[in-house]
Amino acid sequence: MSEPLLALKHISKSFPGVKALDDIDFSVQKGEVVGLLGENGAGKSTLMKIISGVYTPDSGDIFWQDKKIKLKSIMDAQEKGIAIIFQELNNCPNLSALENLFLGHEIRTSANFVDFRAMKKKAKEIFSYLDVQIPLEKPVGKLSVALQQMIEIGKALLANAKLIIMDEPTSSLTDKEVQKLFQIVKELKERGIAVIFISHKLEEVFIITDRIVVLRDGKHVGELKTSAATQDELVALMVGREMHSFFSKRTKEASDETILKIENFSGPPYIRGVSFYLRKGEILGLAGLIGAGRTELALLMIGAEQKTSGNMVLHGKEIDVRSPWQAIQHGIAYLSEDRKMKSLVLQMPVRANITMAIHSAVTGTLGMLDRKKELEVTNSFIRLLDIKTSGPEQTVNNLSGGNQQKVVLAKWLATKPSILILDEPTRGIDVHAKAEVHKIITDLADKGTSIILISSELPEIVALSDRVVVMHEGQVKSVLEKKDISQENIMSTVFSA
Amino acid sequence: MVAQEKKSILATLFSYRESAIFLALIILMATVTIFAPNFMSGSNLYLVSRQISFVAVVAFGELFVILTGGIDLSVGSVMGLSGVVAAGAMAGGQSIILSVLLGLATGIALGLINGLLISYVRIAPFIATLGMLSFARGVILIVTKGWPITNIPKPFLIVGQGDFLSLPIPLWVMIVLAAVAHFLLSRTAFGRRTYAIGGNEQATFLSGINVKKIKVFLYMISGLMASVVGIILIARFNSAQADTGTGWELDAIAAAVIGGTSLSGGSGSIFGVIIGAAIMGVIRNGLVLMRVSPYWQTAVIGIIIVLAAVLDRIKNK
Repeated sequence: MSEPLLALKHISKSFPGVKALDDIDFSVQKGEVVGLLGENGAGKSTLMKIISGVYTPDSGDIFWQDKKIKLKSIMDAQEKGIAIIFQELNNCPNLSALENLFLGHEIRTSANFVDFRAMKKKAKEIFSYLDVQIPLEKPVGKLSVALQQMIEIGKALLANAKLIIMDEPTSSLTDKEVQKLFQIVKELKERGIAVIFISHKLEEVFIITDRIVVLRDGKHVGELKTSAATQDELVALMVGREMHSFFSKRTKEASDETILKIENFSGPPYIRGVSFYLRKGEILGLAGLIGAGRTELALLMIGAEQKTSGNMVLHGKEIDVRSPWQAIQHGIAYLSEDRKMKSLVLQMPVRANITMAIHSAVTGTLGMLDRKKELEVTNSFIRLLDIKTSGPEQTVNNLSGGNQQKVVLAKWLATKPSILILDEPTRGIDVHAKAEVHKIITDLADKGTSIILISSELPEIVALSDRVVVMHEGQVKSVLEKKDISQENIMSTVFSA
Repeated sequence: MVAQEKKSILATLFSYRESAIFLALIILMATVTIFAPNFMSGSNLYLVSRQISFVAVVAFGELFVILTGGIDLSVGSVMGLSGVVAAGAMAGGQSIILSVLLGLATGIALGLINGLLISYVRIAPFIATLGMLSFARGVILIVTKGWPITNIPKPFLIVGQGDFLSLPIPLWVMIVLAAVAHFLLSRTAFGRRTYAIGGNEQATFLSGINVKKIKVFLYMISGLMASVVGIILIARFNSAQADTGTGWELDAIAAAVIGGTSLSGGSGSIFGVIIGAAIMGVIRNGLVLMRVSPYWQTAVIGIIIVLAAVLDRIKNK
């Protein structure tokens, strides 16, 4: 085998509470297309951000054309010849295609003005090589995502990139556009440019890559020649086969009584005709890839976003929820997936955060907050959920991720919900806290609270759910009964086109 | 043991955001006294405290708005228009009480418009209140044609010029409003929600709190506070001037920022705002007493504003 263009050796990277990458080896040859696979949270993005200089690894070495290098910034990586095209394209939508193409690398005239004529000539060369028609004067924001992507690829070529990373490049392309992209990838390959191709769509990975690397829980778990790989093999590698005995067991079965019915929900940004029901004391898993529309569905349910059509039937009565406040009054609580950005007021104490959704219950005369009542509620939850804090007045910013999450849970439990929607309740918290949160969830369900569990961690969904709704691209793809729930079934439902 | 206790009291004292600027105020006053001993004279303090009260009350309103990450640039014009409305009513023979109520209603109404534009039409606070700044000033000029409104009834002048227990009335007004505002912010659900919006608007909204409605109220409070000062000033000057309040938005924002209010929202206090207003008042007065050119006042205030922000940055690191 020839010498690798890029080689990573023993790369590790941790974030507070999570080991994102654990002793990863990874390499790319000149002119090779490598597919990178893994579930949500497997470490793909972290790895790519290390290669493109966004993150620096905690330990391990990076070799570029056999020389040990350090990548301190994205500019650093660009200089070496590494370009990354993010899933969320980073461009200036108000600037023209031409200006975006040359952003930061404008060609100058001798008088140091921008030389538009030379830039146009160069741009035409590049796009005719890529065989795409791009209106150079149009603002990029007005172009299709596919064309915007072509501009990004053009940028990489302009910078003489030797390695281009594409993070889910096909996620918002039409079939025809995907074909075009593949053709370009092949041409890049012939030019000796290497491509790392990240995708959730297995069939695409089979078509375009030479080699496939699979990550799971931040570890390198497998590497296959594409010609020798099978779909089943890849799914098995992505999912893993560990035992999950540490999950808490239910002591009770969900009752047969249907408490909530969602009928034909549609709404922004792309939820279409979603229907399902929820029973009393049931844990209903909501599985799917990032972007499947699970969080978006939850936001429609609590009225944080307005649905365009559909009905919601609670206890046999149709209800119309237009704001989070109405949702709380109906006994529906939603724990958001983003603890810091959407759940907590970080500079406020534990007490203020826990009582945030029950102000009316702790308010006395003249709209005064009753501090004694607040402390009662807060202390009872500190005990019940075993929140590790120096006291109710501690600022939540100073708590660990797991304890912050318990504070958020307490906030919602304080509203005494009959339906609790949990969106990624264990994201970014350590193993011990995870187990505790799982215990809280099963206890609640045993006591009759109905739970909708949104999670990207399949083992969690599989272990806790009574039934699983699998979503894909804003629609319900199928509903799995208890006996059919397995990681393999969920994954193959998602991947069956 | 005793020493340790003392230390811990000092430590708690200094853990408050306001302690540092309070200390700065004391040092400032001592310095001014050294260079201009008449600073501490009763008559001078009387004048300074009255001037500080006016700025502080406008800044209270500004604080409510800034706590949510907003801004109110229209306070100066709102002051002016409220004063013109009240003075016009008095000069036209209306009772003092009705005139004052009309003035206050003007401030509340203009604040309501600001709030509705910001909450429901989703116009950036900077733009909505900048528009109001220009609009309200324009209305003043249309109504008065630039001439002052005089004929203010004698009994009303005491509000701006009189005193009670040898302290100026405007200072008493400030004390009362400070107490009410502090109570609102620190003891009520409304205040908690105001801080919460500034700390994390998304989380507050998802917690079932009607963020839009609260913001509308906050701009109304800001308008109300501005109108209080606008009305007192007609008693102070025995007339309503067309240019009253011009540039006051900057003083109000400066008082809040010097007093430790974060422009990104979520932190700040009434006590801090009072100290902020006092620091500006003392510097202005001190420079006059030290016979420094008045042109320097503006420059020095500018330096103090930036310095306060720099200190805040360092403290938060």
